Amino acid sequence: MMGRGLLGIENLAREDIELILETAEHMKEVGTRDVKKVPTLRGRTLINLFFEPSTRTRTSFEIAGKRLSADVVNFSPASSSLSKAESILDTAKTLDAMDPDAVVIRHKVAGVPKRIADQLGAPVINAGDGAHEHPTQALLDMLTVLEQKEHVDGLTVTIIGDIAHSRVARSNIHGFRKMGAEVRVAGPPTMIPAEVEALGVKAYGSLREALEGADVVMALRIQQERLADATFPSVREYAATFGLDRAKLRFAKDDAIVMHPGPVNRGVELAADLADHRPSVILDQVRNGVALRMAVLYLLAGRRRTVAEDREK
Amino acid sequence: MSNTPPIQGTRPGEAGNAGSRRPQPDSVVLDDDAVRRALLRIAHEIVERNSDLGSLYLVGVPNGGVPLARRVAANLRQLAAQEVLVGVLDTTLYRDDLITRGERPRLRRTEMPSSVDDRCVILVDDVASTGRTIRAAMDALMDFGRPRSVQVAALVDRGHRELPIRIDYVGKNIPTQREDLVRLREGESGALEVLLLRCGEGAPA
Amino acid sequence: MARVWIQGGRVLDPGTGHDGPADVLLADGRVVEVAVGLEAPDADRVDATGFWVVPGFIDLHTHLREPGHEYKEDIASGGRAAVAGGFSAVACMANTDPVNDDPAVTGFILDRARQDSPARVYPVAAATRGLEGRVMTEMVALREAGAVAFSDDGQTVMDSGVQRRVLEYSTLVGRPVIVHAEDRGLVGAGVMNEGPTATRLGLPGNPAAAETLCVARDLALAEFSGAHLHVAHVSTAGAVGLIRDARCRGVHVTAEATPHHLTLTEEAALGFDTNTKMAPPLRSETDVAACRQGLADGTLDAIATDHAPHAVHEKEVEFTAAPPGVLGLETAAAVVLALVRDGVLSPLQLVAALSTNPAKILGLEAGRLVRGAPGDVTILDPDCTWTYDPAKGYSKSRNSPWAGQCLQGQVVATLVAGRLVYHRDRGVLVP
Repeated sequence: MMGRGLLGIENLAREDIELILETAEHMKEVGTRDVKKVPTLRGRTLINLFFEPSTRTRTSFEIAGKRLSADVVNFSPASSSLSKAESILDTAKTLDAMDPDAVVIRHKVAGVPKRIADQLGAPVINAGDGAHEHPTQALLDMLTVLEQKEHVDGLTVTIIGDIAHSRVARSNIHGFRKMGAEVRVAGPPTMIPAEVEALGVKAYGSLREALEGADVVMALRIQQERLADATFPSVREYAATFGLDRAKLRFAKDDAIVMHPGPVNRGVELAADLADHRPSVILDQVRNGVALRMAVLYLLAGRRRTVAEDREK
Repeated sequence: MSNTPPIQGTRPGEAGNAGSRRPQPDSVVLDDDAVRRALLRIAHEIVERNSDLGSLYLVGVPNGGVPLARRVAANLRQLAAQEVLVGVLDTTLYRDDLITRGERPRLRRTEMPSSVDDRCVILVDDVASTGRTIRAAMDALMDFGRPRSVQVAALVDRGHRELPIRIDYVGKNIPTQREDLVRLREGESGALEVLLLRCGEGAPA
Repeated sequence: MARVWIQGGRVLDPGTGHDGPADVLLADGRVVEVAVGLEAPDADRVDATGFWVVPGFIDLHTHLREPGHEYKEDIASGGRAAVAGGFSAVACMANTDPVNDDPAVTGFILDRARQDSPARVYPVAAATRGLEGRVMTEMVALREAGAVAFSDDGQTVMDSGVQRRVLEYSTLVGRPVIVHAEDRGLVGAGVMNEGPTATRLGLPGNPAAAETLCVARDLALAEFSGAHLHVAHVSTAGAVGLIRDARCRGVHVTAEATPHHLTLTEEAALGFDTNTKMAPPLRSETDVAACRQGLADGTLDAIATDHAPHAVHEKEVEFTAAPPGVLGLETAAAVVLALVRDGVLSPLQLVAALSTNPAKILGLEAGRLVRGAPGDVTILDPDCTWTYDPAKGYSKSRNSPWAGQCLQGQVVATLVAGRLVYHRDRGVLVP
C-alpha cells in the first residue's frame, strides 16, 4: 500500500487504515506538548503541489510537516495544464528532479495525483483529486468517529449531499465500509451518481429514512456551481429537503454525532446552531486533521534509498 | 503491509540480528526472582543518591522500561514512603535510524502526567546497549522541558556502547556478542524475566 | 507493371462465399484469376502459405488530420499506417483545418493522397459548413470533387430541422450521411460512460441515452426522407436495438462499430489512462455484448477504426482535458480477429465487415476477390503474436489503449491496385 503513497482509500487494506489511525492517535499527543515538534523528518522536503487552491488543507499539511521538522515548500501552479502548456508528465519530471521526500497534490480533476505518482520516485499523497478521493479527510473523519464512539464496526453512517461531485463522500464510503460500518447516502436524485450501489451503499431519496438509526451523520457542502449547472433548483429547496437541523436529527440515534468537512454553509446543509454546538464534532475533525496528516507523513516520507543503492548511483 | 515491531530489549542501531548460524533457544539469564531483587537494589541506590525524593520523575521507555518504571516506583513507595511520579515516553520519533530503515516502526503511547521542569528525571529502560535509545530519550525529554537532572536506570547493561552514555543504575551486567539478542519478557501473571538468544559466531550450531 | 502471384493462401471472398485454398494472380492493377494451383513463374511471387488472402480492408472512418493538424498525422503517415494495418483504402473525415466543406479542400486531400499515400483515400466531406450544424454544404459540388459521403463527425447536428434538410438533400447525390450520434445536452461534461466505473472514479459521466436519443431521432428522419443514414461508431445496446428495428421496417440504415467498442469496456479507464478516453466512450459489458451480437446478426454492417491520432502532449494531461480518440489502423486486424477466435463471427463475416460491406456502403468497386476486381488484397497471419509499440508504428502519434500489449494476428502484406505496398518483413514500400 504505502510504498507508492496515499492515493485513495479504495485500494487500502483495513490493516493499513488501522495502522494510520493508530499512528495518528500517538501524533495527537505530540500536539498537546509545549514543544509541538519532533525531529523525525528533519532534513526532509515536503512539497505541497496544489493546483486547486485550498487554504485549510494546505495549511493542515504544512503544520503537520513542520511539526515533524520537515521543510515544507508550497507550489500553486495554474490549475489547468492547458493554460500552462505543461503536461502532467513535465510537471512530474520537474518535481522528480528536485528529489522531494513526499509530494502532496490537490487537483480539480480526478486521476492527476495517480498519473504524477506513476512518474515520481517520491511518495505522493492525494489531497483531493476532482470528485474521486480525499483520503486524509476520510481518515481524519474515521479518527474523529473513533474518538467519539470507540469503534467503527457496526455503526451506521449517513452521508448527505452532492454525492456525485464529492471526493469526501467517495473516500468515506470506502473507508467506513472497510472498517465495518454500514454506509448510506442521501440527496436529491440529481446528486446521486449512477449505480452508486456498486460502491456498497444504499441510496435514499428520503432524508428521514436515511437518518433512522444513524450513529454518524455527515453533511457535505453544497457548491454554488451546482446551482449553475441545474443540479438543484435553489438553496432554499435544498435546505428544506436535505438540510440538517435539530428537528430532523431526532430521527437519528440519540447519541448521533454530526460531521462536516467544512467550510459550512450555515442554513443550507447544516443549521447554524447545529454547526456550532454538540453533537457537531466539526472542530474535532479539524484538530484531528493535523495529527492524521502527521501520521501519514511519518509513515510515508523520508523513504530513503539504502547506502548501498546510493553508492551505485 | 508488514511492520514487525522491534524485539523488546534491542533496537536497530544496537546489535542487530546478523546471525548467520541458527540461533539457540532462548536462555533465561534473569528469572522473575532475580529481576525482583535487581529492581529492589536499584530502588535502594536511588534513595541513597537522591536527597530530594519528592522531585523524582521516573520515565519509562516503552516497551520494556514501562513495567520496570512502575515496579521501581512501587519499591520506592515501600522503602521510603514516597510517591514518585511515573511517566511513559516513546522515543520512536527521535530515533537516529529512521533514515536507513525502509519500514516505519510503530509508535507507542506517551503519557507524561506532569511537566519535567525542575524535576530529577530517571529514564528507565530494560536493556541498555549502544546507548542510542537513551540518547533519543534525552532529546525527547529536552523537548518536554528543562529537568533539573537526568539519570538513567537499566535492568540489563549488555555493553557495546556506541555513544558516550553512562548508565547510573544497572540491574545486571551481561556480557554478550553483538549479534546476540537480549529481551525482557512479561508473562501473563506479570512475571518478568530476561532472555538471551545467542546468535553470534561462537555459538555452537 | 509486374504481375503478382499470391500463392498458397486461404482465400476468403464474402461476395462469392469462397473460403478455401486458392492462388490469386494480379495484373494491370486488377485481379486476373483466383484458382487453385495457378502457375505464374514470370510474376512476383508472394508466399501466402498458412495465411488468409482477403479483399483489402476499407476503413469507413479515419482521421488523417491533414490539412491543419499535421503534427498529429498527415495523409502520408496515415496512409502508411493504413497499409501496415491491411487497409488498402480509407475514408477520411472532414474535421480538418480548414474543414473539408469546400471542393478545394477535397481536391487538396485527393492530390496529397495521390502523391503521398500508399493507400487509397476517399474524402468524407462535411454535412454542414464548418461543422457548425447550421448551413448545409454543397453536396453536389463536393461529390463531384470526389467526396464519397457526408459527415459532421466530431460534431453532432443538434438542430433537428437542419438534420432533416441534410438527410433530405443527400438523396440528391445518393451518398450516405454518416452521423456521430451524441446528444450534446446529455453528454454535458461527461468524459466516460455514465455508470459504476465513472461513479467509482468520480469522473463526469456521458449516459448511453445520449447516443440512443440521437440515433432514434436520426432514424426517424432517415425513415421519412428515404436517405441513406450510416451510424458511426455504435457503442450502446440501445442503438443496436433501434437500428435492428428500423432495418426491419425498411429504413435505409447502415452502421459500424469500432474495434475498441467491440472489445473494451469502461473498466479500461480505471487507471485514468487518457488512451481509454474516446467519443463515444467505452461502455458496459452489456453494450459490448450487444455490439458484438449486432455484428454477428448483420444489424451492424462494418468495422471501422475511427483512427484518431492526438499528440503525446495533448493526451498527457488531466483526463477531463484530454481530447478523446485513439489510434486504430495498425491494430484493428489483430484486435478484431478475437471476434473470430471467440466464435462471434466467422472468418467470412469478419472479412465482410472489414472490406465487402464498407465498399458497398461507400459505393466503391472493391471488397471482392474475383476476376476483374481491383487489385486490392490483404494477406493476414491470424496466429502470429506480436507486441504493439506505437513508437515503432507508422502513425505519427502514440495514443493507443493497446500500447505495449501482446496481440494475436498480424498483417503480412497489403496490395493496392495490384502493387505490393506493404510487407511485414520489408515495411511500407513507398509509392
